[in-house]
Amino acid sequence: MKTFKFFKILLTFLFVFVSTQSFAKTIKWSMQGDSLTLDPHAQNEGPTTQVSRQVYEALVTRGLDMTIEPQLATKWSTTDPNTWIFKLREDVKFSDGSKMSSRDVVFSILRAKQRTSDFKEYISTVSGVEAIDDYTVKVTTSKPNPILLNQLSNIFVMSRDWSEKNFAVTAQNWDAGQETFSATNAMGTGPFKITLREPNTKTVFKRNKHWWGDMKDNKVTEIHLLPIKNAATRVAALLSGEVDLVTDAPVQDLARIGSSSAHKVNSTAQMRTIFLGMDQAADKLRTGNTGDNPFKKKEVRQALYQAIDIEAIKKKVMRGLSEPAGIITFPGVNGYTKELDARLPYDVDAAKKLLADAGYPNGFDVELRCPNDRYVNDEAICTAVVGMLGKIGVNVSLFAQTKSKHFKELKDNQGDFYMLGWGVPTLDSHYVFHYLYESGASWNKVNFSNSEVDAAIRVMEGEVDLDKRNEAIAKAWKIVKDDISYLPLHHQVISWASKSNVDVPIRPNNEPLFRFASFN
Amino acid sequence: MDNKIQTTWERIKDSDIYFSFIKSPTAIISSIILFIIFFCSFFVEFLSPYDPFDPSSLSLMEAFTPPSWTEEGVAKFILGTDGQGRDMLSTILYGSRISLIVGFSAIIFSLVLGVFLGLTAGYFGGKYEMIVMRLTDVQLTVPSILMALLVDGIARGIISRELHDEMAIYVLIFAIGISEWPQFARVSRAATLVEKNKDYVSASTIIGVSNIIIMFKHILPNIMRPVLVIGTIGLALAIIAESTLSFLGVGVPPTTPSLGTLIRLGNDFLFSGEWWITFFPAIFLVILAFSINLLGDWMRDTLNPRLKK
Repeated sequence: MKTFKFFKILLTFLFVFVSTQSFAKTIKWSMQGDSLTLDPHAQNEGPTTQVSRQVYEALVTRGLDMTIEPQLATKWSTTDPNTWIFKLREDVKFSDGSKMSSRDVVFSILRAKQRTSDFKEYISTVSGVEAIDDYTVKVTTSKPNPILLNQLSNIFVMSRDWSEKNFAVTAQNWDAGQETFSATNAMGTGPFKITLREPNTKTVFKRNKHWWGDMKDNKVTEIHLLPIKNAATRVAALLSGEVDLVTDAPVQDLARIGSSSAHKVNSTAQMRTIFLGMDQAADKLRTGNTGDNPFKKKEVRQALYQAIDIEAIKKKVMRGLSEPAGIITFPGVNGYTKELDARLPYDVDAAKKLLADAGYPNGFDVELRCPNDRYVNDEAICTAVVGMLGKIGVNVSLFAQTKSKHFKELKDNQGDFYMLGWGVPTLDSHYVFHYLYESGASWNKVNFSNSEVDAAIRVMEGEVDLDKRNEAIAKAWKIVKDDISYLPLHHQVISWASKSNVDVPIRPNNEPLFRFASFN
Repeated sequence: MDNKIQTTWERIKDSDIYFSFIKSPTAIISSIILFIIFFCSFFVEFLSPYDPFDPSSLSLMEAFTPPSWTEEGVAKFILGTDGQGRDMLSTILYGSRISLIVGFSAIIFSLVLGVFLGLTAGYFGGKYEMIVMRLTDVQLTVPSILMALLVDGIARGIISRELHDEMAIYVLIFAIGISEWPQFARVSRAATLVEKNKDYVSASTIIGVSNIIIMFKHILPNIMRPVLVIGTIGLALAIIAESTLSFLGVGVPPTTPSLGTLIRLGNDFLFSGEWWITFFPAIFLVILAFSINLLGDWMRDTLNPRLKK
């Protein structure tokens, strides 16, 4: 009898062991920060979009190879340069089981155009959107827009009924600190749905059984996002098996992770450039000591530029995993050229002379604002910059804080001198100019304003003749590069580390697509 | 012969504390170590060719240099450099000075507060004593690190960010000091209760000496022995508390790092082979706290022989 009982217990254990091994296939994903909000239109920020992308879908999307592919729309056509007709997929259901139709698409595009939306700049040329029938949507633009599809790939589609029921008809006003239902809950048509949300701690994604598409590997049933801020802790969690995938493996630990036979590392050039911005419009620096704004003078900006030893940052801070930049966008973006990307030489003596010529022989005080959990080694880069600028007499104090505060205060115009990184989801220079250079643009916190550049931006938006359009882009780049409105640092290289048996394809925009994930 | 007036040095040499000291190798060794640490930390400007707190003097290309005895080490950085090119040895010495200042100030703060409350409570008794002692009971139920975190959190809320970096060190001293005082209050109250019934106190009371004079002139010197013993051990605890808070990121800012901040900054490189960035500050903290504890143990044995088992 006793032995029988013993066997029963043994069998139970064996069963539990075997069953957990074969069915529960969870990918535990970690990165240093978390999504800022689940509202898909509230914040245009990397990790936020990475999370939304698993749950929400857009009319078109970028596939693994970064080309535009159909998603919710199966085909599209233009009847005239300003009118686009999208045919929707008819078998799409939201994760609550309701059918998606053209009214949801119309609702979502209009929602993303609201004042509180952070995606309104993406579709600023869209003047009208209407449902022709249940599965046809007409989008009209105010002028011909050659990059509309690129832009629409970032406008996620929400359920109109769900939004109305949950008082989420307007996009969350993230900048004002508003709390909404849609900021902590997500309901989309994508391959996953969110079943648990604890900001900065844990987010659980479960398979959406109503999803219309096919998973690459049906064994992937759950994704757990576990943000771990400390780099060493994140690596320890990966090495000990607590997490399966780290999408921002610290550069200093890649050798250690790679040496483990149970883990692997993938690196690729990321679609993101890191740079520093200087407010050139303020009459007086908020954190300065000279009573004026030295950044108004181009000589000062150039002095700062030439005082930064980018090769040292590359070698010591980034461990070789970065590409020094001359402009604030990266190879692959329409308008980028190798000539534009050439840097001014690193030259401390020239920098000192420029500073003296500009009337600041003894330098000046300023505060540098940095995020400490957004970009690869962001705080370490800033610390290095502080030391380098100290050598030409510019006394920089560093203020590093978490990304949500950094970006919020930046948008509140609190920064004199700040770090920012810019990815280009549309892979077109227009996106850079429209957000960072156009007079009064939402992320143009250097307050750059130039009528010629503004005119060129208008051409980029409306010109269908690609040669003329590219001419305008080249001209605009030349103006802003010569003006040194920003101090470009480098193009980021990203590294993903995972267990050897977990395969999540690395993508240059740092967005994992878990529908392509697999176990082997 | 015996009437000869002794010089101070002779009196010290004649005392049982001195006798006990030279008979205890632990006490001698730990005092020597502490003396070296104190000396080097407070005179580091004159001893070290580097100023790690001046960012413009650093060269990023010299970052991550290993200690001098390893293959890639260079002689000018004995313990190597950290991720910003700061010489580890100088940084540790500058950092330990901050740790020591915070530790000493915090322990003096809690000693003054605790002894004052304990002494008056023991001497006056009654409702006042009850209130003070229940207060210490309440304070003792809150773990000191939590208390310190609480104080720091409140201070961050009140003080503006510009001022915070300058005020951080005072907040830290207050936060640690406020969580350590109950020990002193309890011990000094207990000692006062013993002392106040002795004849010399009764005699003073009869001839009309005021309470304040009796408490601070007559009783206080007699209760200082046990208080000093706790004070010494408390110093080690305060230094460790400072390091813990700085390690958690709520202590002194990274631009003027203390030992705890240095260990935290080095923690990022634990897996990447740059072990010296976190190892040396950590081992330095261990040696410092250990020496103070050994000295405290010896003091307890000498000054308070009844505690010896």
